Amino acid sequence: MSAVGVGIGPYLFIAIAGFLATDIWRLLGVLFSVRLDESSESLRWVRAVSTALIAGLVSRLILFPVGDLVMASLTLRLLAVAAGLGAYFLLRRSLFLGIVAGEATLLAGLWLAS
Amino acid sequence: MSVGRRRAAMLGARRGAGVPGMVLFASFVGFGAFARAAGLDFWQTVYMTFTVFALPGQVVLVDQIDSGATLLAAAIAVTITAVRLMPMTVSILPVLRGARTPLWQQMLMSHFVAATVWIESMRRIPELDRADRVPYYLGLACVLWPLTVCATGVGHLIAGEVPADISAALLLLTPFYFLFSLIAAIRERMDLAAVIGGFALGPVFHLFLPGFDLLWTGLVAGTIAWAVGRRRRA
Repeated sequence: MSAVGVGIGPYLFIAIAGFLATDIWRLLGVLFSVRLDESSESLRWVRAVSTALIAGLVSRLILFPVGDLVMASLTLRLLAVAAGLGAYFLLRRSLFLGIVAGEATLLAGLWLAS
Repeated sequence: MSVGRRRAAMLGARRGAGVPGMVLFASFVGFGAFARAAGLDFWQTVYMTFTVFALPGQVVLVDQIDSGATLLAAAIAVTITAVRLMPMTVSILPVLRGARTPLWQQMLMSHFVAATVWIESMRRIPELDRADRVPYYLGLACVLWPLTVCATGVGHLIAGEVPADISAALLLLTPFYFLFSLIAAIRERMDLAAVIGGFALGPVFHLFLPGFDLLWTGLVAGTIAWAVGRRRRA
């Protein structure tokens, strides 16, 4: 069965390959967490694993971009990250200003390159 | 600190309407446009965000649909990207739940576990009183979830009208937001080691073990970070 189509077919496809395939892990997470309490050593380990996992996702999104972000060279992408980080730490750890500085650097670089 | 259940829910909702909400909105606008380019219609795309609520998995699913994958192949590809949600759920629930939160409620709450909600919860929830944590979490989720569904619809509608420069900037929003949030959530040496290790190993595993890269990055860098933290505390 092809997913892109009409009627109920695509919705079933998304329900199985999307919703079920994803939420099974969330539900398993609930079951695995039942016996853990907030201060246990195993929970500290799980927290470290999830933190490293998200950090890995960040570096992958920056170093191996998808879509229109491939237009920006690696140098420009890293420059934007450096500018964002610099602004974040200089401007009292403001999430918003860090993002603005990084994005402004990227857009300026793209504009100069075009 | 104790703020009361109602105020805690409002705090969560306000947070959801702030920077995290803006970043998620932009990311899902991008997803809506991507899904339309792959041939999904408006309602199929919106329905996917409503039921899945995990951006990387959704991108994989649309890509599978676009390439004409079978149901089984698509389900396997999506499930591999979704494994990461398990450790995230395991780490958030013991902090979140009260002593008597029933299992079915925990299962319903788990549907909202995704990177953004996880990051925001890890940062703020430990500071709240036990009784205020679930309301805060639900306030946050009940803003972010509908917001992403709307953003997906908007993205589907305006697809093809966004200039490439802006589209590139939108794609960099998510990693930026995750990066600063991770840094903000660092509370001890273990967290710092996990961020640096994950950052360094992510690209390496991506090259050698594509598909399972995030899981391996988490396991290896996370375990090293945990060991570093233990040695410090011993």
